Amino acid sequence: MTRTRIVAIVPALNEEGIIGKVVDEIRAVSPEIDVVVVDDASSDETAAVARSHGATVLRLPFNVGIGGAVQTGFRYALAEEYDRAVRLDGDGQHDAREIPKLLEPVERGEADLVIGSRFAEGEASYRPPFARRIGIRVFARLVSLLSGQHVTDTTSGFVALDRVGIELFAREYPHDYPEVEATLIALRSGLRLAQVQVEMRERETGASSITFVRSLYYIVKVLLALLVSSLRRYPRLQGTSR
Amino acid sequence: MTPLRASIVGVIASLVLLVIVLELVRGRRLKERYALLWLATGGVLLVLSAWRGALNTIAGWVGVETYPPAVLFAVATLFILLVLLHYSTVLSSLTDENVELAQRIALLEERVGRLSANEPQGSLLGSARAEQIHR
Repeated sequence: MTRTRIVAIVPALNEEGIIGKVVDEIRAVSPEIDVVVVDDASSDETAAVARSHGATVLRLPFNVGIGGAVQTGFRYALAEEYDRAVRLDGDGQHDAREIPKLLEPVERGEADLVIGSRFAEGEASYRPPFARRIGIRVFARLVSLLSGQHVTDTTSGFVALDRVGIELFAREYPHDYPEVEATLIALRSGLRLAQVQVEMRERETGASSITFVRSLYYIVKVLLALLVSSLRRYPRLQGTSR
Repeated sequence: MTPLRASIVGVIASLVLLVIVLELVRGRRLKERYALLWLATGGVLLVLSAWRGALNTIAGWVGVETYPPAVLFAVATLFILLVLLHYSTVLSSLTDENVELAQRIALLEERVGRLSANEPQGSLLGSARAEQIHR
């Protein structure tokens, strides 16, 4: 029996201050997990720091946005024939120690996509600012409505995938602000979803990529993407998973 | 009725547009694919300018009673919108292709770095180049 190969995909943009710690924490969880940092054309030493901490680094020649960067990781996972992929942010807000918990439903063969949700079990200790909390709720409701499944947190970037999920996202993944639409695409493609309660930390360094002006674009873009996604047809992948 | 001068100016303007577009295609500075909409624009404007009766009839259909050349403006505007929309679709597919190229470069660079690290010096690439790519 061949060993299950797991890759952790970490998109990073100018995170030289913390990327080393992020990589170390993932490697500390399990030496079985290969860490791939996707450097979205950072202007600092993110790539070098990540490499010196033992990560494989994929360097994009220019900035393609978070979704394009994450998809690079999925394409790598597909090309290198990984069985599982975990995606977590390069800014340290996702706790690597929760990776095994996130992978559990995949290991049991119950899910193709596992979302690390901040609200899977009601109110978590994570309390985002009011406006963002409303946004998170609205998107979750909307995706639930459009997919017919109860989704608690669609904006989480902390997810785990099996081979079916890797193949889907390697082929189809939004380029900017991808999480909400990607969740809908996955559900409409028939992927089995599991949600696991996770805690998220406050950022330690750097600034969140979502500033006030961008949040308007974010909302409008995601709403439009959800609308057209629900008008598109997606081939059902259900039943192809092992 | 359409004033004769308006028709003459319309004909000249559409001819100039057609000639410029054809010249750009001839000089390979404009692909046929992107010239087609422009040629259609120039062609339709030329016909509507030269064929005064048709312009008046169309103006009647769409309820422009006092000044038929307004239809010329409307048609020109419509075609410009079409051209712009076409550009937006071209831009979108170029963006997607560009991102995919970037992603493939990232994957290939990682692979080249890995392969050349295993190879003895100066094989696949000059070692300086390999170093540069690896960094």
